[in-house]
Amino acid sequence: MREVAVIGVGMNKWGEHWEKSLRHIFTEAAILALDDAGVDKIDSLIVGCMSSGLFVGQEHLSSLLADYLGQVPVPAARVESACASGGLALRTGWIEVASGMSDVVLVGGVEKMTDVNGHEATYALGTAADQEYECYHGITFPGLYALIARAHMEKYGTTRQQLAMVAVKNHDNGSLNPLAQYPFKVSVEAVLNSVMVADPLRILDCSPITDGAAALILCPVETAKKLKKPVVKITASGMATDTIALSSRREITWIESTYQAAKRAYAMAGKKPEDIDVVEVHDCFTIAEICVMEALGLVEKGKGGKAVEDGLTSLHGKIPINTSGGLKAKGHPVGATGVAQAIEIVKQLREEAGPRQVKGARVGLTQNMGGSGGSSIVHIFERG
Amino acid sequence: MPTPSRYWREIPQRYRLEAAKCKNCGYIAFPPRLVCPRCQSRAFETIILADAGKIVTYTIIRVPPQPFSDQAPYAVGIVELDDGVRLTGQIVDCAFEELKIGKKVKVEFRKVYEEGEAGVIYYGYKFVPA
Ligand SMILES: [Zn+2]
Repeated sequence: MREVAVIGVGMNKWGEHWEKSLRHIFTEAAILALDDAGVDKIDSLIVGCMSSGLFVGQEHLSSLLADYLGQVPVPAARVESACASGGLALRTGWIEVASGMSDVVLVGGVEKMTDVNGHEATYALGTAADQEYECYHGITFPGLYALIARAHMEKYGTTRQQLAMVAVKNHDNGSLNPLAQYPFKVSVEAVLNSVMVADPLRILDCSPITDGAAALILCPVETAKKLKKPVVKITASGMATDTIALSSRREITWIESTYQAAKRAYAMAGKKPEDIDVVEVHDCFTIAEICVMEALGLVEKGKGGKAVEDGLTSLHGKIPINTSGGLKAKGHPVGATGVAQAIEIVKQLREEAGPRQVKGARVGLTQNMGGSGGSSIVHIFERG
Repeated sequence: MPTPSRYWREIPQRYRLEAAKCKNCGYIAFPPRLVCPRCQSRAFETIILADAGKIVTYTIIRVPPQPFSDQAPYAVGIVELDDGVRLTGQIVDCAFEELKIGKKVKVEFRKVYEEGEAGVIYYGYKFVPA
């Protein structure tokens, strides 16, 4: 297999973009990535999108987006693994370049979520859970993560304050990211006094509904070396599945798919958790970040809450997590999230992260997750 | 909203807790499956799940999906039945402050939600304090 590099990244401001369509926000991000890479033709396009069918009534994104990017007749594919669709797009594009099938691949992610009302958005997101045996009984996504949070608090003594501190940290980072949907700080008190959604989770424990897109340009490392930019390599891609019904898992508080995906990625890159300098994780809810830190081996099982409280994961902590602001502050256009995570890591490794820069970052990791942990995708990036 | 056929085909599980037990390793699949996730056997027998168990975890839904709008707030939990199988379902007839991990519950057949005043009524299992 060939070594793969990221030579272009593109993302526009995330938020509620009533004036822009799905194809428009995708194309804007893709143009930024093309310009960053200095290319105007691609060999193939892969796009991650969870549910354009339910959110805007549009399928067949492969051709639609290739067309609007002026790239017809290139081959194109839309891939889906719920909220991990963006991570899956990256993995698919990586395989395509690594295999020698294509030289220049555009990997994108997009979700246009505000063309429907709140109930319709809740329904669309709910399709990532088991429709017949979870959603049928009135559970929601905040509800599923609330089940995990309650169990984590009972088993490990994780506190309500510690959950709030995840949101506070990610908003601190997000306040330094002008592309974030919510680039402002929140206090622990604000989180603890926000509206209850599903006990014990409150609205400020939840990532928002977002319109957004993100794009990357991948090519072989040999080609990337000829360009004038720092080379950022993708040295590992790991993916794993698990049951989509939370009740079918033996350990409610343990995200086995993330553990398995990370195990494969660490082995492929020849890295250990302590070798990672900067991390982007799937904090769709505050409790998710705590469980994911544990499953990635960044902290001991059950110690995630304490690590956040101790500042271990803050911007200047031992292992900075979600320097972009995470899903919490940056926003969570589900199909775009996994791609945007990669953009933040590339910026960190190129030392282009501005006030969010982690000094001397050489190795970064992204973790993108579908549903309540039914799928996880982990990538490792290194500065060449 | 499910179509009649989509609702009808789940009735054995929702009304009677019919499950499939692997003839090779004993794994109980609910809902039934064609392949055992533990040993990959395809030989199953139909069994009925236990009708009592304990709460593994729970939450109170305050912002519900549309079909449940008139019910919120309501409790949903994961319950481990006495045969080890875990189900997601509503916990009813129980004050929120009485909810507790480890609390004993039993399974009852109840209305789950309905489609307006003249629409279909959907039934299934719920949990009540034992
Ligand atoms: Zn078996």
